[in-house]
Amino acid sequence: MTPIVAITGIVALYIFMLAAFTGYEVIAKVPVILHTPLMSGSNFVHGIVLVGAMVALGGAHTTLEKIIGFVGVFMAAGNAAGGYVVTERMLEMFKSSGAKKKAGGH
Amino acid sequence: METSLLGGDARQWLIQVSYLVTAFLFIMGLKRMSSPVTARSGIVWAGAGMLVATLFTFLFPGLGNYEWLLPAIILGTALAWWSGRRVAMTDMPQMIALYNGFGGGAAAAIAAVELYRGEAMTLTMSTLAVVGALIGGISFSGSLVAFGKLQGLIKRSFRFKGQNIFNLLVIAATVTVGVFIASGWNHDTFHVTLFFLLALLFGVLMTLPIGGADMPVVISMYNAFTGLAVAFEGFVMQNAAMIIAGTVVGSAGTLLTQLMAKAMNRSLGNVLFSGFGDTGGAAAGGAVTGSMKPIEAADVGVMMAFAQKVIVVPGYGMAVAQAQHKVWELCQLLIDRGVMVRFAIHPVAGRMPGHMNVLLAEAGVPYDLIADLDEINAEFETADVALIIGANDVVNPVARNDKSSPIYGMPILNADKAKNVIVIKRGQGAGFSGIENALFYLDNTRMLYGDGQAAASQLIQAVKAA
Repeated sequence: MTPIVAITGIVALYIFMLAAFTGYEVIAKVPVILHTPLMSGSNFVHGIVLVGAMVALGGAHTTLEKIIGFVGVFMAAGNAAGGYVVTERMLEMFKSSGAKKKAGGH
Repeated sequence: METSLLGGDARQWLIQVSYLVTAFLFIMGLKRMSSPVTARSGIVWAGAGMLVATLFTFLFPGLGNYEWLLPAIILGTALAWWSGRRVAMTDMPQMIALYNGFGGGAAAAIAAVELYRGEAMTLTMSTLAVVGALIGGISFSGSLVAFGKLQGLIKRSFRFKGQNIFNLLVIAATVTVGVFIASGWNHDTFHVTLFFLLALLFGVLMTLPIGGADMPVVISMYNAFTGLAVAFEGFVMQNAAMIIAGTVVGSAGTLLTQLMAKAMNRSLGNVLFSGFGDTGGAAAGGAVTGSMKPIEAADVGVMMAFAQKVIVVPGYGMAVAQAQHKVWELCQLLIDRGVMVRFAIHPVAGRMPGHMNVLLAEAGVPYDLIADLDEINAEFETADVALIIGANDVVNPVARNDKSSPIYGMPILNADKAKNVIVIKRGQGAGFSGIENALFYLDNTRMLYGDGQAAASQLIQAVKAA
């Protein structure tokens, strides 16, 4: 199976470079109070490894490949789901005092 | 293969477009997560991106083994979801480490499937597969050790003479076998297996000597590692979503790691190779003169009730005592009386930067009452009371003035500049790092001995009575 879009050579380097700058810029001005949730959020984002693990397992032939693929997909799904849940739990607690008053708190 | 409505090419285009959408949602999500106002929606955006990519990947031409695939996805998701819901906010750092290790392990597993298959790859591809496997494998075993340490499963740090040299030999051996495989010179099952075992071993060896206090920096570093490993395996799989998301996390994680190390006044090399993180009681430093002066809760209550401005300095000890809810109740009483209350957070309060903010947010403290070091330090001089609860090294003035102290040069909260300093503390012992705290001996400092939660309850009664 040959992919319809080949990401190789100089194009691959361009993507790599631009994505690296993007990651740096997105984080550069983050306040300290959000470091933990943001680390957790970026931890969730690399859970995208799930799609690669799915393709690896989906095309596995030998039993060894299938077992490793199974472990890979299992762990990748754990990374994505766990990362999402803990990040969401942390971020849903961040409220300003204005928002609290509206919600009927003190 | 072409039994469904869409041909292979059309499906591939759909997948590519879905990955483009995912990359957009991830980047926007991370951007929104970097401000407290939009943070909540940020993770939802990113989550939507993950869902889109996962669903469209099922269209991948020739995808089979569903009897393996679906149980793996369902089991992994369910277990992680369940554990993520249950984990206490205080245990968040090790949970992030665990999930991160899983991501690194998954990247290594992808490489393992490719390498065991032994199909011919270009030199670039095999190199990327091997490097990704190495980084992913280290991140996997290293993160598991980090999890074990913070969870209290691994109690001691393993150090021996010549450890750095031994580790260097292990990584050299790993790289050598990796070169054999990548160059195609020898990539049989034996060498591939040896390579993975060595990589996993190195992750363990590298993490074991690092103390618990430094673990957050290490977890953040492994987070960046996993990102890079995912990006490299993305090139191997020709998967744009993995390349972009992995690279973004790789660079963002590297920056976060640097920010954290800076907040702790350490360099990354220092964290990795010196093992300061738990020197125990061995720390030196100048002798502290004077005595600690105790105070009763009733007196503190009156002092705070009639103050104009109170700054609370919480530390991890407060969270361990589960006192944050009581402390916030106390502060609400004070606010109702017209006292100005602020929370001062040191970058390394809690177990990682920002962890204390999460713990306070859990108790219901609005984030606009919480100030970080740069914002609040000038305000201590005008504060009537600085209430220190569970914090120690981060308010120790020796960091400013004692060159012989191990924490000299670390930015601290200038709580000693407040008119009155009240320290809630269990006993008279030294803190986490074993360094004597000069703040406790100052003339304007009074010690309120007791468990954090009990002391906060007493203060609530005292303020009500005042």
